Amino acid sequence: MVFMVKQMQEKQAVIIKFAGDSGDGMQLTGGLFTDDTAISGSDLATFPDFPAEIRAPIGTLAGVSGFQLHFGSQRIFTPGDRFDVLVAMNAAALKVNIKMVRKGGTVIINEDGFDSKNLRLAKYDDGHNPLEDNTLEGFEVIRIPVTKMTRESISESTLGTKEKDRCKNMYVLGFLLWRYNRSMDTTMKFLNAKFKSKPEILDANHKALVAGYNLGDTMEEFNDRYTVQPAQLAPGKYRSIMGNDAIVLGLITASKKLGLSLFYGSYPITPASSILHSLSKYKNYGVRTFQAEDEIAAIASAIGASYGGNLGITGTSGPGLALKGEAMGLAVMLELPLVIIDVQRGGPSTGLPTKTEQSDLLQALYGRNGECPLPVVSCSKPSDCFEAAMEACRIAVQHMTPVVLLSDGYIANGAEPWRYPKSSDLPEMKVSFAKQKEDGSQFMPYQRDEKLAREWAIPGTPGLVHRVGGIEKEDVTGNISYDPANHEHMVKTRERKVEMIADYIPEQKIESGHESGSLLLLGWGSTFGVCESVTHSLVELGYSVGHAHLRYLRPFPRNLEDLMKRYDKVVIPEINNGQLVKVIRDKYLLPAVAFNKIQGTPIAHEELFDFALEL
Amino acid sequence: MAIESNPNGVPYTLKAKDFATDQDVRWCPGCGDYSILKQVQTVMADLGKQPHETVFVSGIGCSSRFPYYMETYGMHSIHGRAPAFASGLKIANPNLSVWVITGDGDGLSIGGNHFIHLLRRNFDLNLLLFNNQIYGLTKGQYSPTSEESKRTPSTPYGSIDHPVNPIALALGADATFVARSMDRDPKHLKDMLARADAHRGTSFLEIYQNCNIFNDGAFEVFTEKDSKPDTTLLLEQGQPLVFGKESEKGVRLDGFTPQVVDLSTDGFTKDDLWVHDDTDHVKANILARFFDNPSVNPNAMPRPFGVFYQTKRPCYEEQLHQQVNATIGSLGEGDLDRLLAGGSTWEIK
Repeated sequence: MVFMVKQMQEKQAVIIKFAGDSGDGMQLTGGLFTDDTAISGSDLATFPDFPAEIRAPIGTLAGVSGFQLHFGSQRIFTPGDRFDVLVAMNAAALKVNIKMVRKGGTVIINEDGFDSKNLRLAKYDDGHNPLEDNTLEGFEVIRIPVTKMTRESISESTLGTKEKDRCKNMYVLGFLLWRYNRSMDTTMKFLNAKFKSKPEILDANHKALVAGYNLGDTMEEFNDRYTVQPAQLAPGKYRSIMGNDAIVLGLITASKKLGLSLFYGSYPITPASSILHSLSKYKNYGVRTFQAEDEIAAIASAIGASYGGNLGITGTSGPGLALKGEAMGLAVMLELPLVIIDVQRGGPSTGLPTKTEQSDLLQALYGRNGECPLPVVSCSKPSDCFEAAMEACRIAVQHMTPVVLLSDGYIANGAEPWRYPKSSDLPEMKVSFAKQKEDGSQFMPYQRDEKLAREWAIPGTPGLVHRVGGIEKEDVTGNISYDPANHEHMVKTRERKVEMIADYIPEQKIESGHESGSLLLLGWGSTFGVCESVTHSLVELGYSVGHAHLRYLRPFPRNLEDLMKRYDKVVIPEINNGQLVKVIRDKYLLPAVAFNKIQGTPIAHEELFDFALEL
Repeated sequence: MAIESNPNGVPYTLKAKDFATDQDVRWCPGCGDYSILKQVQTVMADLGKQPHETVFVSGIGCSSRFPYYMETYGMHSIHGRAPAFASGLKIANPNLSVWVITGDGDGLSIGGNHFIHLLRRNFDLNLLLFNNQIYGLTKGQYSPTSEESKRTPSTPYGSIDHPVNPIALALGADATFVARSMDRDPKHLKDMLARADAHRGTSFLEIYQNCNIFNDGAFEVFTEKDSKPDTTLLLEQGQPLVFGKESEKGVRLDGFTPQVVDLSTDGFTKDDLWVHDDTDHVKANILARFFDNPSVNPNAMPRPFGVFYQTKRPCYEEQLHQQVNATIGSLGEGDLDRLLAGGSTWEIK
């Protein structure tokens, strides 16, 4: 017997796609591998991609669930375009994903997912098996009978076959941890916590994980192992964070800094629901959550709570935002603080519930009856959700206005390392409530300060009784008024109040690249990563390109116009049919160029790169 | 504006007029809403309510203008959704005395969903439904409580909509306090308002209210002196169900079937009659079905007024705050830095 030394190779970056049936646990596998990757010091970006159905028919193309991870020792901006490694748990997963594996990439196959039934469900022609024809030519193919090996590794367990088969993903994870030279500690810790009360399931998962790891160690055919050096990230303490969780942390932090109780009224909707789930757990932070009977009741309850002096927040996705429109208009009239979170998804109507899109911008800006302006703030990546959420709360409270916070499915479910702050390093935020006038004069509910914000007068305070409502009101007194001149004055005042927020937000910065030149990539939301990576690539090739990414979509930063005019061309990449580009053209009469993709997936690096290069 | 307390913090005794605002009341002259407004202002004073601790929340419709006329905190919200605004408000501040004002269109049509969920959650507030069986503010279309075959601008050939029975709906939604009164009986209305206020939980009070412009006399048969004794049944706890000009008629139960008997001719005495018990949900449901229109059906059961049902059940906001406090008790007050760090972290030097 020849003793082989396992080879260790170093990689700068790797893109792995975990793909399997939606019941195969690929999201968990990907998530656990990501956690371990983050702790090992790599920079990373993830992109989970799952079907809308909870359990689509087993083995079918529609049922394929995927998790994409891009990690490396350099800065990682996007989950990546083409996979270096594809893990395919069945024939359908291979069929859906093989076209995205780069030439010479690795395909790790669960052989047991390619029986005649699997092949039929994956709609391969009769007698046609991709493992036996030239489909996998030009790839490194690693074939493992995962189902069989998993069962064998836990043969002594008294669990049923179905439960044993659920451990398949741990077997695969074990193999990948071996391949990338990791320890199993993080995963073991997770399993111990998750299955604390189910010792038998815990034991089976442990055994499958170890068996997968040992497979790499013992089998002679697996020679190559890989390491990825830690990335050069700024010094500090890090954790892994997903977008919706970062929103939750931002909201709670804002409520603590403001000294207000947080009220979250919401109705379950993909992909916003996990905000409700997380906030519900944090009751010991004084968080009050309310699962309302519908989207309208959700925002109405948040407005009621805000009227009562809480930090009122509601969260939803596009269809829910449409339902909340009328109540948002009321909040504009009441001039009360309110944050409306929209985690966007493909639309219109039910659209693509589990796919990402940036197509609610115009709805957020304009989707209400009457002249109904409100500030719009957006999140650009998972970790950015934290600050964006805090900003939305600050603006709402300090300017007495509803604020829309836009995220999307890609940001919500994506994860990345986050250098989390110390609470004492975060800025303080001030809030004040109206008090009884000492001179005994009558309280004027629509008297305004220098920001044009009225006072927050909460029920229970003596001497301030007053009525608010959706009917147009007289300036200062707040009494009902149908006076024509007053209406125009109030419409203009409400607009001016929102526009004046521009004096209280930072100026727009260039994220990377040149401060002036031939081309500006102007983005918002989840195109941040691709704009960054394309800018870096173009700058490396010698082009004078800059990238600016807007957090504030209404009002825009004061210097935006000057900034855009420093470039010959402005390109606005969006995952929609061209929405920000309309607003920019309208406001600045500037011939901005649209780059759009509307396929429910992020813009790929090479797509935007090629487009920019041609300009 | 009312001055609520002297410098020592002792509340002044307020009068009904202290609860009136300086705004012109803009309901049509002769509208039943005037009477309800007056009784509510009177009851507020009688109960010793403080304006700054009281909030009126309404939706859209004639009745929903109510908050503008009450010298308390008030919110005139959007159509049908007042219960949801009030729910959030009660969670934010459970100590407020909250009154939701709605109508048959606002509360049972566009707001039907919220009506049901408010009642089952049992927030500690009062829900006053002004039922005039018509859309007033939009000029006379039939409402969800309008009778069948009613002719209105939107039903020129007669309505084919089957009307909602608000009391039955409230009982079906597991309301913990269900009562009915009318604008034309101030004494009864004040009594019901006080009892609604005294109940801890969502108190549902349906108030028959005359719209003299678009549906004049809809409840005449129950309110006019001549017909009232024979068409209405006053529910009083522990008292037999007796009605009629001379209290000569009564209601008895034959199994689960209610039966009107004449005490002077049918050989029954008061001892044979159904004794009202407002804690009995089954009987409350039978009473709720005394719903035939006596103008159409001469054998209709008399229409009950009073408290149909009341029971004790924990309030939503009370349980929510208990849960928050219990969590703080077991996990300790949340620490922001622990929250930000989350589960696993690593350091880059």
